[in-house]
Amino acid sequence: MQSIKNKLLLAATVLTLSSGLMAKDITLLNVSYDPTRELYRDYNKAFSAYWQQKTGDTVKIEQSHGGSGSQSRSVIDGLRADVVTLALSGDIDPLAKIGKLLPENWESRLADSSAPYTSTIVFLVRKGNPKNIKDWDDLVKEGVEVITPNPKTSGGARWNYLAAWAYAEQKYGSDDAAKDFVGKLFKNVPVLDSGARGSTTTFVQRGIGDVLLAWENEAFLAVNELGKDKIEIVVPSLSILAEPSVAVVDKNTEAKGTTEVATAYLQYLYSKEGQQLAAKHYYRPRDKAVAAEYSKQFPQLKLVTIADFGGWQKAQPEHFGDGGVFDQIYN
Amino acid sequence: MNKSSWLKPTVLPGFGLSLGFATFYLSLIVLLPLAALLGHSLTLSWAEFWKVVASDRAIASYQLTFGASFIAAAVNLVFGLIVAWVLVRYNFFGKKVIDALVDLPFALPTAVAGIALTAIYAPNGWIGQHLSAWGIKAAYSPLGVTLALIFIGLPFVVRTVQPVLEDLEKEIEEAAASLGANRLQTFCRILFPALLPSLLTGFALAFARAVGEYGSVVFISGNMPMKTEITPLLIMTRLEQFDYAGAAALGSVMLLISFILLLLINLLQHWSNNRHGAKA
Repeated sequence: MQSIKNKLLLAATVLTLSSGLMAKDITLLNVSYDPTRELYRDYNKAFSAYWQQKTGDTVKIEQSHGGSGSQSRSVIDGLRADVVTLALSGDIDPLAKIGKLLPENWESRLADSSAPYTSTIVFLVRKGNPKNIKDWDDLVKEGVEVITPNPKTSGGARWNYLAAWAYAEQKYGSDDAAKDFVGKLFKNVPVLDSGARGSTTTFVQRGIGDVLLAWENEAFLAVNELGKDKIEIVVPSLSILAEPSVAVVDKNTEAKGTTEVATAYLQYLYSKEGQQLAAKHYYRPRDKAVAAEYSKQFPQLKLVTIADFGGWQKAQPEHFGDGGVFDQIYN
Repeated sequence: MNKSSWLKPTVLPGFGLSLGFATFYLSLIVLLPLAALLGHSLTLSWAEFWKVVASDRAIASYQLTFGASFIAAAVNLVFGLIVAWVLVRYNFFGKKVIDALVDLPFALPTAVAGIALTAIYAPNGWIGQHLSAWGIKAAYSPLGVTLALIFIGLPFVVRTVQPVLEDLEKEIEEAAASLGANRLQTFCRILFPALLPSLLTGFALAFARAVGEYGSVVFISGNMPMKTEITPLLIMTRLEQFDYAGAAALGSVMLLISFILLLLINLLQHWSNNRHGAKA
């Protein structure tokens, strides 16, 4: 009896030791928002190949997509994400503040405020632009229907709203005028979907509305997939620099022992290959050389940043919190 | 002498064990989550609670949620009865298929139902384009919400009325006819009283299901504040802002209203049972 036990113990020890020497199988979970599905499908392949070449370990990356805000809540409520790649830093802050899953200074841990690629907000209109929509002013005209998701539930919609606000504030010179402008704009919204993909469907498939406020990358995708004969992109004179943020979720990676690979996964987004993949999926790359390579693809326009609003920590409660400016539009 | 005087004697043993299990199981599955819900909302002061649940937007959403649910359940009451009637009283080719179709809204994921209904009732959809020619806005209006709720509530009325109708003997109707009653009299005096308790049950189930419905409605409602925003959506937007207490407050108000309404329906059922002496 004793000898069998010893043999088993020996076998187990040998197995453990040898597996320590062999390559490891690692699984990462990337919790992201809606329109990054295609980007990360390609990026995960590229990163796995890179990591295997570098360390010999195989990494399998699982993706989870959904509305940015609800994804953030799932992680707080216990979804074991190794990394989050969400629509705005305002959706990662609660992971630090409420969930205590990562330090509050997470944004300074990676270059460019932890936003490896950027995007902006553009207009999508019907072929031939029948309502002659050129800039934000055209969206508040009577008889123009604007499609945007609900800023309360959609990260992208918050960028839409702030872009309109920034335009009005610069043109008409005051917060009150901006509030009035945004109020008029939302009076022209007949349907508030809960997420960006839903709004794209409402505009393109259901044929509702004259203009869709969309992520630039979503707009490119929609034009490519649904046909240049149906819709076209209009670039306004001013928009906002949308910075989708990424972060390692320390508490989870420490528990799973994946901190090193999760960190590398995000850092690789800044590499030449990562930046090129981002650009291929219509995200604006941070890398100057790659940006130059794709400069034809991305129109130049004046961009304000979230810093002009005092950061998400200030803008979020002021505009989208309970009783905030967005609520006042409807009450 | 019986151990406990409140327990009626029965031939089957094991009452203690099965009652214990039933209580434990219900506590785990039903009471515990409800207690958590109330616990969350208790973190608010009374003034905060009131501010959340009595805001104009919340009240507009209760009106839509409960109003549309009530109308949908009422429509299902009438047409569910007709469907059940046809399925029980007639034999025709394809009856089994139609019978199976009734359960489809049960099985279909509600989001799929919502997207499909929206596609049909949108201004460029199959039915929507004809309705919009008449100036009727189906999708993205309270009407659309009601349509979605009718869709998901139909099986409840059919499946509660069907077995009762099957048990009703045809001979009663024939007796009524031979005693000189016309068709309307037979229906009102003989059939309807016997069916009323099961109709009320079906109505209550369809109504309760509609009140809690989220998936199908968010696609077809358009989610406009003060106009087509249902209470479950308001709860979701609270959760998006990590306001668990506010969400729980709205949830507990819905629970309270639903509870009162279901209680009323139960009382009505009780009254109709006593009055007509029909079996429940």
